[in-house]
Parts: sequence; C-alpha cells; structure tokens
Amino acid sequence: MRAHYGKVTAAFAMISALALSGCSAGGDSTEAGAEAAPCEASEGPVTLNFTTWVPGMDKVVELWNAENPEIQVEVQTGPNGNSGTYQNFFNQIQAGNAPDLGQVEYDALPNFRVQDGLENIAGCEGVADAQDQFVDWTWGQVTFGEEGSVYAVPQDSGPMAMYYRADLFEQAGIEVPTTWEEYAAAAEQIKAQGSFITNFPKSDVNWFAGMVWQNGGQWFANDGESWDVNLTSPESEEVATYWQDLLSKDLVSTLPSFSDEWNASFNEGQQWTWVSAVWGATTLSTGAPDTAGKWAVAPMPQWEDGGNAAGNWGGSSTAVLKGSDHPAEAAKFALWLNTDPEALALANELGGIYPAAKSATELEAFAGGVDYYGGQKIYDVFADASANVNPDFTWGPTMTQTYTDVSDGFGAAIGGSGTLMDALENGQQKTIDSLKSQSIPVSE
Amino acid sequence: MSRSAAMLIMGVFTLYFLTPIWWLLTTSTKTGGEITSTAPLWFTANSAGTFLTNLGRLFTYGDGLFGRWLLNSALYAGVGALIGTVIAAMCGYALAKYEFRGREAIFNIVLSGVLVPATALALPLFLIFSRVELTNTMWAVFLPSLVSPFGVYLARIYAAASVPGELLEAARLDGSGEIRTFFTVSTRLMAPALVTIFLFQFVAIWNNFFLPLIMLRDQVLFPVTLGLYAWNSQISQIPELRSLVIVGALVSILPLIIAFLALQRFWSSGLGAGGVK
Repeated sequence: MRAHYGKVTAAFAMISALALSGCSAGGDSTEAGAEAAPCEASEGPVTLNFTTWVPGMDKVVELWNAENPEIQVEVQTGPNGNSGTYQNFFNQIQAGNAPDLGQVEYDALPNFRVQDGLENIAGCEGVADAQDQFVDWTWGQVTFGEEGSVYAVPQDSGPMAMYYRADLFEQAGIEVPTTWEEYAAAAEQIKAQGSFITNFPKSDVNWFAGMVWQNGGQWFANDGESWDVNLTSPESEEVATYWQDLLSKDLVSTLPSFSDEWNASFNEGQQWTWVSAVWGATTLSTGAPDTAGKWAVAPMPQWEDGGNAAGNWGGSSTAVLKGSDHPAEAAKFALWLNTDPEALALANELGGIYPAAKSATELEAFAGGVDYYGGQKIYDVFADASANVNPDFTWGPTMTQTYTDVSDGFGAAIGGSGTLMDALENGQQKTIDSLKSQSIPVSE
Repeated sequence: MSRSAAMLIMGVFTLYFLTPIWWLLTTSTKTGGEITSTAPLWFTANSAGTFLTNLGRLFTYGDGLFGRWLLNSALYAGVGALIGTVIAAMCGYALAKYEFRGREAIFNIVLSGVLVPATALALPLFLIFSRVELTNTMWAVFLPSLVSPFGVYLARIYAAASVPGELLEAARLDGSGEIRTFFTVSTRLMAPALVTIFLFQFVAIWNNFFLPLIMLRDQVLFPVTLGLYAWNSQISQIPELRSLVIVGALVSILPLIIAFLALQRFWSSGLGAGGVK
C-alpha cells in the first residue's frame, strides 16, 4: 500500500511541477492546505442544503442532524446528474443560489472545475488530513492533481470485476478466462453453444473508458495550462481493436444496456459473463432473478498474464458548490458523510453505494457471502480490484459531449459502418472542437 | 371514400394510439421480474393481486411521496388552469368587445407568444425567479402556468362570434356595470370556449416537465411528471422502482382521461367555433 501511495504523490507532483513551470515539487499531502484560501467557520447555527440522488440519503442525514444541532442539513433528491441535476447546478451557480453541497460524479467534476463551479475546501479543517482515509485514485479525482486544492470529498466508487455463470462454464468444461486472450477464445466456444460471452454496451462509453483505464490508458491529461486529449492512445486502440474483433465475429450481443431485453437475456442464460462494477451485483440479482446461485465473481481478465490491474466504472463525490456561505461546515459534513462508519453502513444499506473510504472493507455488509453468487464473498474480489485501479486517470471537461459522440460512433460501428477505433478518432476530433469552442485551451 | 374504408383507417389509428396505453395497463399488473419474462401485451395468472400490491407499494414508497406528487399536480393544474382561464377569458373578451388604441398591436403581441415554446422560457424564468428568491417554491411553477396566449386567442375569437354587441348595449341600458355584465352574461355565452381553454391549460400544466425540473429542488414540491422522471433515472440503482414507475405512469394519466371524458361535450363545440373564424 505504501509504495502505491508514493506513486500517487509522485504523479501529482509531476503535474504540479509542470503547472508551476519548473519549480521543484516534492510537496506531500501535509502541505496541501498551505496555499488554499482560508476557510473560516461561521458563527451561530447554520443550515446547509445538499442535493443528491442517492436513495435514502435523507435517512443518513438524520443521523447527522440529531448530533449536530448547530449545523443542520436539508436534503433534496432529484433525478440523477446527467438527467438534469448537473444542468440545474450550473443554472443555480450562475444565479447564485446553488445548494451548499451537491453530488457530482467523478467524470463530471472537471466540467464543474473548468466552469469554476466548485469551492476549494483544502483549507477547511480536517480536509487535507483526510487523504489517507480514501482509496488513492478517488482522492486524485477530487484534487485534479492541483497543489493545495481539494474540490470535493470522494463518496463512492465502482471497481470492476467479472461476473460469470460458474455453472455454465463448468458444464461446458470451459476454463474461466483470466486474460483477455483466453476471454476471446472462450467467446468462440460459448458462441458454439448458442450463447454470448457478454453484451457490448454501445452507449456506456464510461464502461469502455473503464476498460482503457484497466489497460493503463489515459483519455485526458491536464498540465495546469492546457488539456491534452488522447482518446486514440495505443492502450485505447488495443481495447477498441479487441472488442471490434469480437463484434465482427458476432461473438457478443449488442442489446441496449439495462433495458428489459438486456435483463431478459441475462435471466434466460444467454449471457455468460458481465465485466462490470461492484454496483452491478444488485443490477444482476434483480434483473436476472431466475439465475440466483449460479453466478460467481472473478477479477477482470488481464492484458498481461499474471497481472492484476482493474478498471473502474462510475462513482461520485460530495462537492461544495461555488457560492456556499458555509464552506467550513459543508466540508465538515461531507467528511463525516463519507467516512463515518455508521453513515457509510446506512448509505450502503439504503442507497447501495460502495464507499470510497478505505474503511468500507470493514463494513458488515461486505463481510459475508452473497447467496445470489453461490455464497461467495464477492466483496473481497472488489476490494482487491479497488486497490488495483490505476490512480492516474483524468476525465475531460466535456464528458457528456465526448460520451455522446463516441457512443454515436459505436452505434454506427455495430451497424456495420466504421469501427470502434473510427468512433474514438471521431470522438477525439469532436472533443477537441468542443473544447476550443468553449475557449478551453487544448494542446495538440 | 366509402364508409368502411374510413372505419378501417380510424380503427388502425385507434389501435396505434391505444397500444402503448394497453401495454401500460398490462405491465402495471406485473412484478419487476415478470415484466421481461412474460408476454408484454397480456396479463399474468395473478395480475389482479400483483396490481394491487404494486399500487400499495406505489403509495407507500418513500413515505407516500407519490400521493404528494399527485396532489401537487392537481393543485398546479387545477387551480392554475382555473385562474388561467379567467385571465384569458377577460383578456380575449376585452380585445373582442372594446375599441381602444393599440388593440391589434396587443393582440398580435399576445399571439406571438403562442409561437414561443414554453421550454425556451424556462431558463430566463429561472433567472428572474432567482432574483426574487422564489425558486424551489410552489410559486415558481404556479405563476408561469397562469398565462395562456392560445387561451386569449380562442377567447377573443369566440367572444367576437358569440357575444352580440346589442346584448351588451341592452345590459348597459339596464344599468349593469361592465364587470357584472362580463361575469353574468358574457361568460355564459362563452362557456364552450372557456371549457376548451380550461382543458388545454389543465393538460399543458399537468404535462409540464421542463419548468419544474429547472425550478424545483425539493422533491416534496415535484409534480407527478417530474417525480416519475426522477424515479426512472434511478432505476439502475434501485431496480424495484421499475414497476413503480410503470404503475405510477398509469395512475398519473387517469386524471387527464377523466377530465377529457367529463368535459368532452363542451370541448368539441368550443374547438369548432374557433376553427371556423
């Protein structure tokens, strides 16, 4: 763990070094708060507004309100971020009446940062010291590698692994794949049995990004001055070529994810594996109830034999939005919400979140075996995956646009015109155009 | 065209429009798992029981949030349409029956409002309401719902056609004030148009989605459309919401169906009058 941690700091230091154009940067986390704006506590009782779409969050907040009469939090729940809540945040920030705290997914954070929608809470009491309590890569997501900056507190994450039909693999005498090469070979054998090894989700571009993430690829980088867009890196190309091959040979289905037919396909045993995030465990058990007890979870197949890299799909932070009158109290609440064992346990129970706090692995909910997965302790697999997620992954500031353009290209590739790689190349160009049109500096 | 050909075409279109509603009806009688595993357009063996269970869960989930949403929608749409109709009727009546300078100019300005989609006005409205600190309140949805340019247009056309000037003269000679004449004589003559305006407004406010989406943060204030949308966006996290969204959608269209059937007679005669002029 220690070595891993060093890598993170080194990576951030490198980015900061570029930003400060050559200043030597050996700063560690304890210095982080030094440059941040002062963050002073308000006098007297305060009321904070918190907008989220995690179900049951109001119950979690009741715990806090009972213990903190001076800092009362009011929860508003609405549609999830991309279904309108982010746009509302931007409107409200512009009008000066945004909630103090808002749920923001990691891939949307850079957009808020670029539009100056976040308060820097690094100077608030306890924030800089909290770094150790969170899974390394999630902390990188909320600091953007900027020196002396923390813009949100990590809430949850989606480390990825492979759900697979243990019974079907055993009956067919096929080895459970541990590398992508084996996975492709298994796909052929499963196709011969009349089923699919998995479904390719054309509209879940963030799933695809998770695959690239596992392969050590980077889609975006920011040196503090301009953005580097790199959807077509060699790692990205390797992933795209791999799935294009499976698609061309008709070895994977292309149903719309999370649709009724998609659920039915899993429920009827048409799908043998699903490489997905930890939250997928519930999706699967409710969407495919007839296959209870037949599933198991293994680490993601690897690009290199004997590797242990994992990708990540999803996850959110609790951000203090620009214009909050009480950033100190808001930061205090956000830290409690995402580290307090009782709060985490309840948020998991009611909202199904997989906390970004390292202590999450100690939660009772993740300790035992899960019946749906044949009694396997599946959360151990995800805890390992979480520790093996590459900490250097940066999202771009216009992910909604990038997702849409790449997804359109994926759809076309599935329809037979172009390839996944063409889609990435097109997405690359569209993203650069979009950044330029918003006057966001891009390096080419 | 022969009668049977006309019937055939109407039959096809009726089927086309009713199929989604039929699907909604059958699907709301299924559990989450049955939605994908049973025939989509037919019931299951224990449909009635499941339907009642779904209905019970719908109204108890989240401390009875859905009931609250229905009440909100009824309030926004019912009261909003009522007041909106009165305003539109008075405005249209004044434009039809009184001569004053700038009358046509005002009418044309109001009419141009028909061309501006409500969606385009939502963001400016949000910024205005932010200034007066009324966002995230009932007023933020209620006040913008009161105006209906189309209602004014319809009221003017209908008043011009159905309220004779001689009758107003007679009322004046008998000593009735203008306001009293409007409410006791003119509104009765305009009744079919008023019902039409009311229905239009009611449906428009009931189905209004974008304005509440932008204005409201507190889900206790949501109308039923926005509430169902919020639930629907959470299905990947809470799959049990799937069946609630479906049965909720069914319940949410019932008031519209009832309003249409109850006011149908007036509705059609009002539309006809507007169309001819």
